Amino acid sequence: MAETSGTIMDERGNEVLTFGRQGFGSIDGRSNGWWGTMTLLATEAALFVYLLFSYYYMAFHYGRTWLPAELPSFTLSGPSTVILITSSLTAWMGERSVKKDSRGGAVLWLVASLLLGAVFMGIQLKEWSDKPFMIDTDSYGSLYFTVTGFHMAHVAVGLLVLLALTVWTAVGKFDSRRRDPVSIGVIYWHFVDAVWLTVFFTFYVTTHLFQP
Amino acid sequence: MRRTIRHIPLLGTALAPAAAQAQGENRPMWYLETFGSPGNEITPILWGLLWLAIGVVVIIAALVLAGVFLKTQRGVDMRRDQEAVSPPHDHSALRWMYGGLFATLAALSVFVVWTMMTMADIRQPDGEAPITIAITGHQWWWQVTYLSEDESRIFETANEIHVPVGVPVKFRLTSADVIHSFWVPAIASKTDLIPGQENTAWFRADTPGVYRGQCAEYCGKQHANMALRVVAESPEDFDAWWDMQLEPVEMPETEVAKMGMELFRLNCAACHNIRGAMAGGEMGPDLSHLMERTTLASGMLPNTPGHLSGWIANPDVIKPGTLMPRTDLSGPELDAIRAFLLTLDQGA
Amino acid sequence: MWQHLFWIFAHPWVYIIVLPAMGMVSDALPVFCRQPLVGYTLVVIATITTMILGFGVWVHHMFATGIPFMSLSFFSGASFIITIPSAVSVFAWILTIWYGKPVVKVPFLYFASFIVMFTIGGVSGVMTASVPADFQLHGTYFVVAHIHYVLIGINLFGVLGALYFWFPKMSGRMMSERLGTWAFAFIFGGFNLAFLPMHWTGLMGMPRRVYTYPEGAGWGWVNMTTTVGSFLLAFGILLVLVNVWHGLRRGKPAGDNPWDAPTLEWAVSSPPPPYNFATAPVLASRHPLWEDRLPEGSGRSSLHHGPLLDDGKEAMLTTVLDAEPDLVVKMPDDTLWPFLTTVAMTVFFGALLLHLWTWAAAGLGAILLCMLGWLWPRDDLAQTSKEAHHG
Repeated sequence: MAETSGTIMDERGNEVLTFGRQGFGSIDGRSNGWWGTMTLLATEAALFVYLLFSYYYMAFHYGRTWLPAELPSFTLSGPSTVILITSSLTAWMGERSVKKDSRGGAVLWLVASLLLGAVFMGIQLKEWSDKPFMIDTDSYGSLYFTVTGFHMAHVAVGLLVLLALTVWTAVGKFDSRRRDPVSIGVIYWHFVDAVWLTVFFTFYVTTHLFQP
Repeated sequence: MRRTIRHIPLLGTALAPAAAQAQGENRPMWYLETFGSPGNEITPILWGLLWLAIGVVVIIAALVLAGVFLKTQRGVDMRRDQEAVSPPHDHSALRWMYGGLFATLAALSVFVVWTMMTMADIRQPDGEAPITIAITGHQWWWQVTYLSEDESRIFETANEIHVPVGVPVKFRLTSADVIHSFWVPAIASKTDLIPGQENTAWFRADTPGVYRGQCAEYCGKQHANMALRVVAESPEDFDAWWDMQLEPVEMPETEVAKMGMELFRLNCAACHNIRGAMAGGEMGPDLSHLMERTTLASGMLPNTPGHLSGWIANPDVIKPGTLMPRTDLSGPELDAIRAFLLTLDQGA
Repeated sequence: MWQHLFWIFAHPWVYIIVLPAMGMVSDALPVFCRQPLVGYTLVVIATITTMILGFGVWVHHMFATGIPFMSLSFFSGASFIITIPSAVSVFAWILTIWYGKPVVKVPFLYFASFIVMFTIGGVSGVMTASVPADFQLHGTYFVVAHIHYVLIGINLFGVLGALYFWFPKMSGRMMSERLGTWAFAFIFGGFNLAFLPMHWTGLMGMPRRVYTYPEGAGWGWVNMTTTVGSFLLAFGILLVLVNVWHGLRRGKPAGDNPWDAPTLEWAVSSPPPPYNFATAPVLASRHPLWEDRLPEGSGRSSLHHGPLLDDGKEAMLTTVLDAEPDLVVKMPDDTLWPFLTTVAMTVFFGALLLHLWTWAAAGLGAILLCMLGWLWPRDDLAQTSKEAHHG
């Protein structure tokens, strides 16, 4: 076991450093995994900033004619947005349950998030297939499919992460003290959700807001 | 090339060349002395910045040198002389630092304000710009179209722009292939020509003369040889020049030139246009009134019969990478084409 | 559009190149001035500010592309402002020389000239930050001169100085002062002969990236100077390489701390042992080896006694700003999973290249499985609830 408390003296016997007993392993926001995920999210966020910057640049530059004749509708995207937000809530409830050492509740909430995420993916696939343009039709098509495609990839990764966490929680790997992976996975899921909100706002809301 | 900018007798008019020659002959791309706007507005701030820069460098260099020479300790053994290390004097040192920063900030503020004022100044010409010229960049030449509300007065030329002295001229700039940049240093600053985008620029030449311009954004192999020439002349001469450009070309009279015209139609007209000679290509420069221009291959060669034959015989040797193909014509055929081109003088 | 994306990346990239060199100078110049760096905190703040501002000035490469007036003004202003943090660093270095007692050695020669090169690169940058001036300067040799002063003047001079400074630590041997002085003379002379006149070439209107120009342009003699200078510079670099080679083979033994430098790396032998320090040292100041001579800080550092971490692979995690011990982190030990993941990735990407879709799918699946195995929560690394209870 590590020497996790003590006093350090220099050569002359002066006290240099005293410290109490240190915790160890991955705890809360101080673990390496937490820092790693945060830096990952910063990088990913930058990627989406670039992508959306490209979209706005084009949109401002070419105006209405650049957008497709039929503006993106809310019929499918509205409900799917609500579903994704709900899944974020359920994931958060799952994390809370782990904190409260309620294993059954945690599994239940995480499974709910998984299902909602899968439904979102299904709706999005349907929306893709309904589009009259392809990724190589024009620059709008390229941006639409690139941005939503990148987001979908993140959703897919998020679902896999949630799946693994659900299994591990079910077999009792985590409790109120050791639950970093759950928190980190849920943070990632919140991020995916937040990115969707910006994508949704960009592609669906702004086009209706600023219609000439 | 012997001389870049030559004094050209144009339409029998002698240019009033004193100032323009002074810059043109020796320093064709010099822009610290300008002969029109917006160059005239930019030059003072450029000089101001230059002196500021020189001043700062001299001061800093002097400080470093003085510090080194005055303060250096000789014969110190870094391994042993422990007393040499001195504690920090941040308290007094930082006062100098804040002083220096204040000076920097003051100088910068002056130049920021000056910059903004100059920017506002050169945004638009003073008063109306009655003439608009559309320029399309190509690899590696300039397509020049003089626009007019009267459709019959629109015409196209290449690589040589005539402008009236004292009149602001507007430019609509775009590109057919890659990004180029329109730059006539002695009169105006640069503006890029970007495919799929129309930029605007303007300038006003104040002194008659011939000014060299050049592409200022790397655009491929022959970027270096993508020059253009601006001929600034009196408004009367300019109007006469415009009228002349509208004339259809004169039909050739000699046998060899007639044959040359036929050969031109067969071999060259797919790319080149000559108004009135049943040649309508759009890939290459418009060659109507070719002989009135002073250079060939966008400012690369002086327009002499010798260079002309060399150019049409084998363009790629002169300008490697040029999009103008070799035609593999026989000697006599080339001679005929050249004879025809030489008739493309100043119209009827 | 593409230009925007390029410069939004490439401008911060320039700062990423020059900032480490600036750090090296801030670290090593004070050693030769026998005096801690003046305004250390300010310099640190300035460095961070530079990096942040560096993300907001990319449009100054694109002033001539027909961008609207307002955004030109914004980016011009930002480009002016970024001068301030650089000025902080320059003043700090000069004041360190003035308040110290410099000892002239080869690294010091590089660092002192670095300050002037930095200034030249900086002021030519200020000139191009002004939009109207840039309308003329853009795309000329002036910009070429600017970038060479920034990249060679700042990066190369800083890094060469740092090479001479840290070479003894890396190899255990000194580099020759005499040869080093000669190399410096050639590099400094050659560099300035080559690139100082280039500003003039640019002001005379020579566009960059041309392979030829008309004879009458008047640029011939300046370009000739540049050519001569660049050969001298290249010869100087060659001398440095000879110097390195000679130093590695015949250099005098350096000892632990040939420069009597104050920082931690000089407390261990040269070259340092693979484990650096047997126990993590505990520091009380920024200059642990000068503590006896500087009235600085409250305590004294302990270089040879520190907290012992002896249970598997562990590291001490400290708080970000104050470096107080915070947590013992468990580092992963040797495992086969990363290797298996790499194999799976090779299969996946190889299959993609060869259009073997079944293999690609299999590879992707294998990657996911390997990741799962790799990340499986482990009791012995205190990643599950189990260890926490009896740990």
